[in-house]
Amino acid sequence: MGVVGKRVARVEGHERVGGAGLFADDLKFHGMIHAAVVRSPVARGLIRKLDFRRALKVPGVKGVFTFKDIPGKNCVPIVIDDQPFLAEKYVNYVGEPIAVVVAESRKAARTAASIAGVGINELPALLDPLKARNHRAIHLFGDDNIFRHMKIRRGDMEKAFANCDVIIENEYRTPYQEHAYIEPQAMIAIPYPDGSIEIRGSMQCPFYVRKAVTTILDLPESKVRVVQCATGGGFGGKEDVPSLLACQAALPAWKLGVPVKLVYDRAEDMISTSKRHPGWIHYKSGATKDGVLRAVEAEYVIDGGAYSTLSAVVLFRGTVHAAGPYKCENVKVDSYAVATNKVPTGAFRGFGSPQILFAVESQMDQLAEKLGINPLEFRRINILRKGDCTVTGQKIEHSIGLEETLDRVIQASGWSPSTPKEDGVGFGLSTIFYGVGLGAGGKHLARTGARVMLHEDGSVLFSVGTTEIGQGMATVLSQIVADELSVPLSWVCMTPTDTSRVPDSGPTVASRSTTMSGNALKDACLKIWGVLHDEAACMLGQMTPEIAFEDGLAMCGDRKIPLLDIIKSCVAKRRPLSAEGWHISPPTSFDSDTGQGDAYVTYAYASNLAKVKVDRETGEVTVLKIWSAHDVGKAINPALAEGQIEGGTLQGVGFALMEEMKTDDKGRIINPEFSTYIIPTAKDQPEIVPIIVEHPYPDGPYGAKGFGEQPLMGIAPAIANAVQDAVGVRIRDLPLTAEKIWQRLKKK
Amino acid sequence: MKLRFRLNGKFIALEIPGAERLIDLLRERLDLVGTKEGCGKGECGACTVLLDGKPVCSCLILAAQVAGREIVTIEGVAADKRYAQILNAFEETGAVQCGYCSPGMIVSTAALLEKDRHPSNEEIKRALAGNLCRCTGYSKIIEAVSRASELMAQDQK
Repeated sequence: MGVVGKRVARVEGHERVGGAGLFADDLKFHGMIHAAVVRSPVARGLIRKLDFRRALKVPGVKGVFTFKDIPGKNCVPIVIDDQPFLAEKYVNYVGEPIAVVVAESRKAARTAASIAGVGINELPALLDPLKARNHRAIHLFGDDNIFRHMKIRRGDMEKAFANCDVIIENEYRTPYQEHAYIEPQAMIAIPYPDGSIEIRGSMQCPFYVRKAVTTILDLPESKVRVVQCATGGGFGGKEDVPSLLACQAALPAWKLGVPVKLVYDRAEDMISTSKRHPGWIHYKSGATKDGVLRAVEAEYVIDGGAYSTLSAVVLFRGTVHAAGPYKCENVKVDSYAVATNKVPTGAFRGFGSPQILFAVESQMDQLAEKLGINPLEFRRINILRKGDCTVTGQKIEHSIGLEETLDRVIQASGWSPSTPKEDGVGFGLSTIFYGVGLGAGGKHLARTGARVMLHEDGSVLFSVGTTEIGQGMATVLSQIVADELSVPLSWVCMTPTDTSRVPDSGPTVASRSTTMSGNALKDACLKIWGVLHDEAACMLGQMTPEIAFEDGLAMCGDRKIPLLDIIKSCVAKRRPLSAEGWHISPPTSFDSDTGQGDAYVTYAYASNLAKVKVDRETGEVTVLKIWSAHDVGKAINPALAEGQIEGGTLQGVGFALMEEMKTDDKGRIINPEFSTYIIPTAKDQPEIVPIIVEHPYPDGPYGAKGFGEQPLMGIAPAIANAVQDAVGVRIRDLPLTAEKIWQRLKKK
Repeated sequence: MKLRFRLNGKFIALEIPGAERLIDLLRERLDLVGTKEGCGKGECGACTVLLDGKPVCSCLILAAQVAGREIVTIEGVAADKRYAQILNAFEETGAVQCGYCSPGMIVSTAALLEKDRHPSNEEIKRALAGNLCRCTGYSKIIEAVSRASELMAQDQK
């Protein structure tokens, strides 16, 4: 029997299709009022005065709250505590929160917030990270505006480049990418008479939210309970940002003693919440005639915006992935996360790697071309295989399916470099990897808890600290629990993720939920299993090792006892059938001075092949088909894994071709809506062929390793390489718009 | 003002303020929260309802405009046996990830399959182009609509 590895339907699919009210904005609480946020209209300035007299006269308005009302510390805790929750003296980006208005209706709150009198003396702003870095006069962070500088030092660069037969050196740029989850950010704070407060909302990381609320309200963790509502997409956009919303709702709720709901308007969401860091990359790489990649030198700058938020850890990932999934003995990387007067950027599927992988994979094709080797063969020569070292010097011993992913996309597509060319049609490859299972970049995240309760009727209730955000975690974990306890899937139910049910289990980020919570659940189930096994042995009068469980039966020779009878017997004897599980990832070591060591516990791998058609008249790119193969260790649910590949791939198509959030010379985002910030629609969807490759990860549940982010990461370079193949135009700044390609075609 | 219209098969009469949006009437006052708000500007399609059988964005319509007309929301579609196969197909093919766009997608699908029982993939894409989904890449949604059309055709035989 067993459901692990099966294409079962989502456990929560039924309620979602019928439109049940599960999302934060669907909920109402007695006496609930609504909040709206007063924000900075300028990129940098000194707050001269705040005048709320007009705002307070709007009918239904209940109050306005500023930093002066904060009982605790005015800061949003994350990595470095440099971000105020509400601005005090200075504002540092357009959209920075200054005050919170509450009113009887959302409309009244928003109207009042829009007419709040905010007097600001505008100051010169830093908008370009390359100019902001080491700026002499304006210091937004430290004395150099650098949130973090990271390095990789490996081999001898001078000697290596001197020995190369070909060298390619270029600059690449990638823009902001907006998460564009369809559910805007939403949160509700409910204060209770016992001095506790409950937060319910759309989020990825309930324990981050708890920390933020305890910080600003000066409450002990035991008094703040955070419960996740159904969450309408995250992709990293609901990692740290919900901490801000929770505080914006909690402060007035705490002060007034009534529930407060806060939902961002779409434009407000796009202007004021995190996005993918714009990236600037200077890349030089070289190879010898035999097709071996000999040297990689990269400088990578990401625009972190006004506060550090997650930039330091985003940079860690970008740095570790800066040379791609290749063997290379000589590598020098310098990467910088830089402060500017723009919205703080943060986590987005891929976390600093899609930007630099665009450069890595574009370089690989250019090197191959200069060497006269086809891009497939060039990759085959250089990809990581068992026993090889990554560029951080990490020896990879297990679960390395990279070559198979490459073989499988080639097989599935029937394409080869010698396939005859059609005019305007091209094929492009990318091979990538992604550190998963966590490691040095998130040591404090490398633990998670779970609780499992087996009831008298055989039904199982479990709780974890990671969240379902659409990726399918609830289903995958239910499948694991069902198999671990040998019960049907329909008997298993997950509670909404709630900080009061399990110990701090870290965030839902870094493709970690299946492996981390899956392992913690296995640990809990094993404890319950011990009790059941022991009880079955008593009932059968046998030693425990001779008992097998199958199809809900305990079997020993020809004797069989239904599992339910064993459970009932345990209950009658008052034996506990509830257990807490815990999982800690294996240790890693990483030297941040040299960028050498074990950066991640393990790696997931992928190969993508894109087929495009370029209109020579207009420059327009149509993606005809994408084959995308991913080594996921083990697909607990292949249908959901395919869903991750398809969805991530289309986000990658958006990043490659159309998504471009722009700011004007005042640092204002000029296209904060779906009619101007274009994401792919059903009509933009190419045929996507998802291919699952399984090289089991020994420390993952059933061999699974995380991979949810990876499908987005290699799509842009595959498409850029395909465009080059189709019409001989190499574009090095995303997105690959028709205008850019047409300009270049015109010059040919 | 007094508003009378047909909602999910039942006649409704109630007092409304003149400037109330249809989505607010549905969600805030009638507690039909299956209709979602994603942008408030008619750009994402999460708030799609049927107005006299045609899919429209309920954030762009004033409640007053539906006087004497018929509105069907996701709750109405879900309760209608004719559309049961659409919901089943969405659930079983994996067309739902976060689920926030699903009600609007399903309402648009109901409108499409009323008009065309055997749409091609291109026709499905065209009919759903106004409903944004950020999770699925649309593959399994298109598959679900296609499957629903087959199942509905079988049911009719």
